[in-house]
Amino acid sequence: MNLDSVIDILLLAFMAVIAIAIVRIRDLFGIAMLFSIFSLLSAGVFTVMDAADVAFTEAAVGAGISTILMLATLTRTARKEKPSNSKNPAVALIVVFVTGALLVFGTSDLPRFGDPQAPVHQHVAPRYIEESPKEIGIPNMVTSVLASYRGYDTLGETTVIFTAGIAVMALLGMRRSRRREDDEEID
Amino acid sequence: MRFLQLYNYEIAIFLAMVGLYIVVSSGNLVKKIAGLSMFQISVFILYISMGVVEGGTVPILIEGVQRYSNPLPHVLILTAIVVGVATTAVALSLVIRINEAYGTAEEDEIHEQDESF
Repeated sequence: MNLDSVIDILLLAFMAVIAIAIVRIRDLFGIAMLFSIFSLLSAGVFTVMDAADVAFTEAAVGAGISTILMLATLTRTARKEKPSNSKNPAVALIVVFVTGALLVFGTSDLPRFGDPQAPVHQHVAPRYIEESPKEIGIPNMVTSVLASYRGYDTLGETTVIFTAGIAVMALLGMRRSRRREDDEEID
Repeated sequence: MRFLQLYNYEIAIFLAMVGLYIVVSSGNLVKKIAGLSMFQISVFILYISMGVVEGGTVPILIEGVQRYSNPLPHVLILTAIVVGVATTAVALSLVIRINEAYGTAEEDEIHEQDESF
């Protein structure tokens, strides 16, 4: 076992601990902070797994912007989670265990972790690795694939973000104008 | 042992299931969304795990390096992270609207007001 996999397992163990902590606590501010740590640790895991670009994005967007959005929501809603009466933890546990068991069963015949002979490395990846520096002319293969070979994916992504932006503005913009009317009525 | 060689996938599944548990068992909408985001991050880890090559390096061209990790999962997950945050933003603004209409972000109280359950 080399150092990489030791760090990998340690970080994943930290993530598991934080995940359990998020289940246990009821203070939503604490949940937002723990979620930020969870996200940052996952960025560390991505770095260990040689995915530098993903780690950058996760640290900036996942740990940063998500947390800010969550905190902004908390300023407008309650700070504490109330104990739920209608929820039965046993039902949730059964659902989770069955789903988890099925997923573990489903992944049990995957090629072992890090196997260079795995089918995922045999299809288009060798072409991206060997040809993209010559064809596109930039050393970062992830950027070449993102912006050129799979440029349409990125265009679709931009469309989704644009739509989400419009949705957020529609949801929160209407609220502001209505509040203004309410204020006028009070006056 | 086969089970031990897949540790990354198994921990990712465990984290995803903790996220799913939060979504199912929690009554607070903000916490539910946090659980959903946790599930999402676990799926990212699952995908990136598949791109790992033993002895490979970051997929940036370096003189003399022959073995790189697979860049394709990285690209897919880069897209997924950004889209994930966009959908989280929509979900959270929906929570703000719900909180304004019902005065609460707790599922039980919303159902009570609706008399649906």
